[in-house]
Amino acid sequence: MMSKKIELMVGIFVALGIAALLMLSLKVANSGISGGGESYNLFAKFDNIGGLKVRSPIKVGGVVVGRVSDITLDSEDYTPVVTMKIYQQYDQFSEATSVAILTAGLLGEQYIGLQPGFMDESVEILQPNDFIEDTKPALVLEELIGQFLFGQGSGDE
Amino acid sequence: MQQLQLLGKNTLALISGLGRAVIVLLSAILHRPDFRKGTPLLMQQLYNVGFLSLVIIVVSGGFIGMVLALQGYTILVGYGAEASLGPMVALALLRELGPVVSALLFAGRAGSALTAEIGLMKATEQLSSLEMMAVDPLRRVIAPRFWAGFISLPLLAAIFSMVGILGAHLVGVDWLGVDSGTFWSVMQSQVDFNKDILNGIIKSVVFAFVVTWIAVYKGYDCEPTSEGISRATTSTVVQSSLLILALDFILTALMFAV
Amino acid sequence: MISNEKSANSASLVDINNLTFKRGERVIYNNISLSIPKGKITAIMGPSGIGKTTLLRLIGGQIRPESGQILFAGNDIPQLSRKELYKVRKRMSMLFQSGALFTELSVYDNIAFPIREHTKLPEAIIEKIVLMKLEAVGLRGARDLQPNELSGGMARRVALARAIALDPELILYDEPFAGQDPISMGVIVRLIRSLSDALGLTSVVVSHDVPEVMSIADYIYIIAEQKIIGQGTPEQIQQDKSPLVKQFVQGEADGPVPFHFAAPHYQNELIKNSPVLGSALNSMSSSALSNRGQI
Repeated sequence: MMSKKIELMVGIFVALGIAALLMLSLKVANSGISGGGESYNLFAKFDNIGGLKVRSPIKVGGVVVGRVSDITLDSEDYTPVVTMKIYQQYDQFSEATSVAILTAGLLGEQYIGLQPGFMDESVEILQPNDFIEDTKPALVLEELIGQFLFGQGSGDE
Repeated sequence: MQQLQLLGKNTLALISGLGRAVIVLLSAILHRPDFRKGTPLLMQQLYNVGFLSLVIIVVSGGFIGMVLALQGYTILVGYGAEASLGPMVALALLRELGPVVSALLFAGRAGSALTAEIGLMKATEQLSSLEMMAVDPLRRVIAPRFWAGFISLPLLAAIFSMVGILGAHLVGVDWLGVDSGTFWSVMQSQVDFNKDILNGIIKSVVFAFVVTWIAVYKGYDCEPTSEGISRATTSTVVQSSLLILALDFILTALMFAV
Repeated sequence: MISNEKSANSASLVDINNLTFKRGERVIYNNISLSIPKGKITAIMGPSGIGKTTLLRLIGGQIRPESGQILFAGNDIPQLSRKELYKVRKRMSMLFQSGALFTELSVYDNIAFPIREHTKLPEAIIEKIVLMKLEAVGLRGARDLQPNELSGGMARRVALARAIALDPELILYDEPFAGQDPISMGVIVRLIRSLSDALGLTSVVVSHDVPEVMSIADYIYIIAEQKIIGQGTPEQIQQDKSPLVKQFVQGEADGPVPFHFAAPHYQNELIKNSPVLGSALNSMSSSALSNRGQI
């Protein structure tokens, strides 16, 4: 009958639509699936966060281990506090871990680089909601250039 | 004085038109669904409205993706940032072009056809004749067409975006030589499911509702003459296109402006 | 209400009492009353544009009158709720001027449509019913055609088969003879007559084709100028003394229904709009007069 053919065509259409949706969510956007998993928070204070934004990645040796979930200003000393959402499977960072704000390429986006510290009997593991003490602020290009020029000038005289 | 009267008259006409449109929609979709009779009708309309729009959606999606890749590449390569080609194309398609362009194409392809078909049924007394057979034309004719449009457009928009990204991959990777791994991975790191894909889907659902509603209402409310049908068809396309673009601005402002 | 039921049961299926209907400011019907006898063919005649089709739509409940009663088997149509109205409509059907066949369905499916819609009969029985109805209009051979493959007359016969698919009590015919060639006109006349006789259907025929109506109607109402101007059996209508009825039945161009649509005075209007033309007209008429004088 006529309707058999129509049902088939509609089936093809709906299957194509759903396949496109699935492909978009799996192949085009990756973070949505893994970002929905379990995670815990760590905090870090920086002197300067440069161009860091909420949702910027947190990487260890290039592997994304979490994302920045919030950036606020400490109410007492007015320095930026970054809330880092770390995926639950990476829960063995030691207290000697350091963080730095890095830039992907010369003009690329900024991300947080985590440098896992040494593991030792005397050093404890970071617990959720701990602060990471050892931080390096973002490099601000203008300041860098300014320092360079200033250094050059004083050297000449 | 006359201008004021004209303004009043137009306002009243606008309000009564809106009221009729709401009544048509509500009485078409607010009732207990009858799946035994309703499913084949919906199937037929999904075929007419959805499947038959596939070709135009796939072809234009592909070309738009290819053009985006070509244009984007020539600009990005100047900054040595051709690695960002993937996210640029994907974000443009998912956030804006996918929902908006597919809705515009849908209004032209399916919306106008719906209006003309319903208008013609009205002009040839088929709607009256249904009513006299104790069959409600709103449920029998309007409802399946409305649902079919409402279901089809978000699927079409997703297909549009997907084909567009594949088209961009074809041009960017296979022709211009961007690395395929970079293309996908940078895209994945930049595209967010909630922010980009979900918002795009929400947009196309809103557009689907608006376009199909306008199309079925214009057909049902048209003057039952050949001139009336042609006027109704034109105004379906014009009004839905304008509303799509206006709503797109409002939705974008709500979703992406922080 | 009880007395209405009685009168409905006794002789008439549809009673219209003191009906007034306006379209915007324009009065279409001014306080008319008529009754349609059961099992008979009643014709409603009148010049075009006086709203004969409107009357059928009023009986079908598609539009509501300003005031007055429309009783169908004792139910006052304008007062019915949607649900009750749809129930009553299953007992009547309407043959539209254009046929109004569903263009996307075949002839067979068109006729099966109301049966499928309102009954849960198995497909085998539906097929028998459809074939019977098609046989009644002489188009059993056309069951697999699409509506766009039918001629105008055939389309109307298919529509008629669809109208009788659920064996209604009342059929409303909207201009069944309009735009038909003499042969299909004859076929339709015969069909209306034989359906009425064989099935005991009550028929209402709206038309302005005098000879056809005269040949089949049992009772005729003539409507003009918002009122019923004449009624009776075809013989009585033929004998009617009223000049209005006479003009209509004999098809004279001018009479009580004037040839000219109501308008301001002709010459005044021409002169008013253009003084130059006015003087020209005057000189023309004077020269015409002088010419006539010469002759």
